[in-house]
Amino acid sequence: MLYAIETSGITKRFDETTAVNKISISVKPGELFGLLGPNGAGKTTLISMLSTMIEPSGGSALVWGYNVMKDADAVRQNIGVVFQDTTLDDRLTGRENLDLHGRLYGLDGITRKKRIKEVLSLVELTERADAIVKTYSGGMMRRLEIARGLMHHPHVLFLDEPTLGLDPQTRMHIWDYIKKLNKEEGVTILLTTHYMEEADKLCDRIAIIDNGQIVALDTPQDLKNSLGGDVITLGLGNPGDVDKLCNSYRKDGCANIITQNQNEVFITVNNGERQIPHILLLASQAGIPIISVSLRKPTLDDVFIHYTGRAIRDKEVSVMEEVGYKMRSRRK
Amino acid sequence: MTLDRAAQTVYTMWLREMIRFSRSKSRIIGALATPLFFLVILGTGFSSAFQVRGGGTFDKGYLAPGLIGMSVLFASLMGGVSIIWDREFGFLKEILIAPVSRFFVSLGKAIGGVTTAMIQGILIMIIAWLIGIHYVSFWGVLAGIAVMFISGIGFIGLGIAIASKIESHEGFQMVMSFLTMPLVLLSGAFFPISNLPAWLKILVYLNPLTYGVEALRYCLLGNSTIPVWQSIIVLVIFSIAMITLGGKLFGKMRA
Repeated sequence: MLYAIETSGITKRFDETTAVNKISISVKPGELFGLLGPNGAGKTTLISMLSTMIEPSGGSALVWGYNVMKDADAVRQNIGVVFQDTTLDDRLTGRENLDLHGRLYGLDGITRKKRIKEVLSLVELTERADAIVKTYSGGMMRRLEIARGLMHHPHVLFLDEPTLGLDPQTRMHIWDYIKKLNKEEGVTILLTTHYMEEADKLCDRIAIIDNGQIVALDTPQDLKNSLGGDVITLGLGNPGDVDKLCNSYRKDGCANIITQNQNEVFITVNNGERQIPHILLLASQAGIPIISVSLRKPTLDDVFIHYTGRAIRDKEVSVMEEVGYKMRSRRK
Repeated sequence: MTLDRAAQTVYTMWLREMIRFSRSKSRIIGALATPLFFLVILGTGFSSAFQVRGGGTFDKGYLAPGLIGMSVLFASLMGGVSIIWDREFGFLKEILIAPVSRFFVSLGKAIGGVTTAMIQGILIMIIAWLIGIHYVSFWGVLAGIAVMFISGIGFIGLGIAIASKIESHEGFQMVMSFLTMPLVLLSGAFFPISNLPAWLKILVYLNPLTYGVEALRYCLLGNSTIPVWQSIIVLVIFSIAMITLGGKLFGKMRA
């Protein structure tokens, strides 16, 4: 087995939309692989197919060498899944949740006891193990779910937005656990996130996913390097000037990459500090007033803007509304 | 899947229901209170007013099997329909993604639910005995418990089938009121079914709970309108049909 996860042209169509469109990825054993994209990009749908929750409409996928459609039980035995929303029984204690999970996965009594102790200490919940889950905080519940996903020694762990809705401190804690179990337990991890920082800090490789397709795939560093230098952001007072300004930079040839949004222009250059005067000079020659200038090293945000033509946050509101709408209409 | 694994699955689901049941003391008390109010108040009121044709008195004793049947119906339907809560609170995903057979998952859930239903039924039976209702024999009581089990399995299967089809918990309220009340009222739990007008008789005889109540009445009190062997046959067929249906629909269910 060469890859822990291998998909070829996997596709999921719902009534009118194609949520996942012919995605092919290969994740090596022991890798921490990230799917980065805005809400509604198809990340959760992809994870749902890989974890046998829903069937693909086309293409195929192997997880730990087993076909997700033909060999679903073998896949299930080898994976752990932490969903976006909690799937704990909140009337039971943490320990009972883990114990029931162990039983469902066929662990005997001695193994269960030993394993419960291990995973509890991994996520530092030993002291609260016998409290009813209802009394847990959001961060504790997420940690318990991660612990539960690890109970049966899965080879592959799927984490769907593992830090969604958690405060920054808890988020950092969860990152530590994820790194630790990737290193110490050697678990292959596929996680989805729409937090740039999370993908950047945690993942060995990242696939940027947008509208159901992979638009870029590499290590975080190489993704950032692919932008070719520092990013200068120019804020314009008049949105109508954006195109004009871009054109004058293109003519000049000083920038490696030029992108834009409503009233900002992003210019990627080598040695950004030394280029600022030249850049501003060109703007004033074109008679375009600049109201702000900033320079920074490229982030995954810039990578995302570069490949999709917009910031990851731009899409969020409309997608959230859409999801809310879908949820309501499904309730009928 | 091996037999061992299947048994483990059933046991796990049963264990979960038992732990949850033991933590919901107020629910148990609530579930016992309703039939007991009926038994004491309605029973006393009826016996002061009516007499059954043929001379027997119509009293608490007559009502007891009906009320046991009613509480078994409530508890087991609830046990099946609780899958809706499992979906609402997410736990269902944890079950659906486990490498186990869905059929045995639903069977475990059913046996768990029927256990709680039987505990409630038996408690009512004991309390009724304590307040002076006379049962024909010890063996009759044991047979009555078996009847609770068979009819409980049937209603739980029905509950699971409904839960697998209902999309939300709003639908749940509607089902409960449109299903439980007619089932109880049309079962002969509260009135003798020997001299009913034709339209009512058809409805009563179409109701599976009627056979549960009648069988219980025979086992506990020694007489019934419908011959006990007929009741048992109907109950067994009903239960097998419902648990199969419930298991099938649950197998197709999406989280």
